[in-house]
Amino acid sequence: MKNAIKMFMVLNLVFGFALTGYAGGPYGVDERKVIIEGSTTVLPIAQAAAETFMRQNPDTEIVVRGGGSGVGIASLIDKNCDIADSSRAIKDSELDKAVTNGVNPKAHVIAMDGLAVIVNPTNPLNALSRKQIRDIYTGNISNWKDLGGNDQKIVVVSRDSSSGTFEAFGVLVLEGQKTRPDALMQASNQAVASVVVHTQGAIGYVGLGYLNSEVKALRVDGILPSKETVLTDKYPVSRPLYMYTNGTATGTTRDFIDFIMSKEGQKIVDEQGYVGLK
Amino acid sequence: MKEKLYKLIFMVLAFASLLFLLGIVFILFKESLPIFSKVNIGKFIFGRFWYPTYSPPEFGILPLILASAWVTLGAILVCVPLGVGSALYLNELAGPKQRAILKPLVELLASVPSVVFGFFGMVIVTPFLQKVFNLPTGLTALNASLVLGVMATPTVCSIAEDALNYVPKSFREASFALGADRWQTLTQVVIPAAGSGISTAIILGMSRAIGETMTVLMVAGGAAVIPHTFLEPVRPMTAAIAAEMGEAPVGSSHYHALFAIALILFLVTFIFNIIAEIVSRRFRIKLGLSG
Repeated sequence: MKNAIKMFMVLNLVFGFALTGYAGGPYGVDERKVIIEGSTTVLPIAQAAAETFMRQNPDTEIVVRGGGSGVGIASLIDKNCDIADSSRAIKDSELDKAVTNGVNPKAHVIAMDGLAVIVNPTNPLNALSRKQIRDIYTGNISNWKDLGGNDQKIVVVSRDSSSGTFEAFGVLVLEGQKTRPDALMQASNQAVASVVVHTQGAIGYVGLGYLNSEVKALRVDGILPSKETVLTDKYPVSRPLYMYTNGTATGTTRDFIDFIMSKEGQKIVDEQGYVGLK
Repeated sequence: MKEKLYKLIFMVLAFASLLFLLGIVFILFKESLPIFSKVNIGKFIFGRFWYPTYSPPEFGILPLILASAWVTLGAILVCVPLGVGSALYLNELAGPKQRAILKPLVELLASVPSVVFGFFGMVIVTPFLQKVFNLPTGLTALNASLVLGVMATPTVCSIAEDALNYVPKSFREASFALGADRWQTLTQVVIPAAGSGISTAIILGMSRAIGETMTVLMVAGGAAVIPHTFLEPVRPMTAAIAAEMGEAPVGSSHYHALFAIALILFLVTFIFNIIAEIVSRRFRIKLGLSG
């Protein structure tokens, strides 16, 4: 029965969070209520920013939901949310649909997402191409000697398949191909870095905010990842993150976006492991 | 009147855990059933690939089930000799002084938080295994088995020791009176008499191992592949739930699939506990204690 109780505690945690997330304020103050929906990559930024924003403006209510970029944009088009989080630009088909519905999506780039590809410091390699990294992650190459390194098996380390980081890497490097099933799936950026630190043949990827001196970041297509190369869009494993609003944002929605773009908001972006614009 | 009120209060408290249990079962079924309208239940349990976030997603949890099974089996191989062995020593050989020190110490081991065991596994066991077996990574099923085995040892030892304790003194005396020596008495009288109690200890140790989450999340490696040896990284069911639940969108197929894994896990531990209960009841009846 011990296990049953443990499981109940887990459930309680899960639902506890869900409930606080959806706790509705008094009706009739919709002006101050903002619903945000969409990309799980942007979710941590939106969530953390919403918490701080609500603490500073206790009379407002920000509801943040995940679901994915497509879900968020669809919801914006159906006027079910005020802000759609997206890790990609809106598609033409979505834009057409929005126009028919009388919705005018306006993009706000709120942060950059940059992923560093890391190896153990003892690895002699310093650079790989995106194609080579893809071959490693899909299983076409499984020994470092095929890439000019030591004769050593490659230990592929990845983020969990439900994380935004995994999704970004899948789009930017793997181009939709599947990660080899025996990759070590780790639950956090720190866990990925920690495995790479302790495993000589490992390769992994982490958000730029999680780089440290114990791992070696590789040049990808010749470019070393840094805040600068990400912001200038030179580094290939990076992409802008968007919040879409219907037309020019007004009221609390505008205040919230202004908050994210402010120095304080961009600090939250950095803290969540993304690249702030300032 | 007052007495009735107290009785009522305590009755409510007593039934509270039943209520929790029912609530859990209800939620588990409610949240996991939707996945089976999308994925055939056979394909879910025997599917070989766990790619929950691709489109189209693949929800095959056989690698996760087998990972849990391997890790639990490995843990049993560690905790049974350790747990039962130390129980035998404590009960049969240790003097009262030794016992007074050792038994609380063994029980203290049970109170170490699992995350601490996880750290221990990551920092000490992982590099050790990597070196000894010349592996690409030490985060393997073996690592998880060793750490879980040590974690389950106090459970096994404590319950097995109780079982040995319940064997009436008269059994031993009768055996000695017949001219049996200590070893013969132990192997042919005491252990058979305490056998089902010891089995209960082992089964509860198993359900402790299969339900453990934090440790396997940290040391098992997390690769959702069907394991062929103990030296490969694995992804037990608990680790998959813990790692993925936080970021699975509420109400998605992935979310329901994780609940379905939890349901399977719950049923497995539930069955383990029921078996343990039945076996231990039989044990009490056999020894002439009230059933």
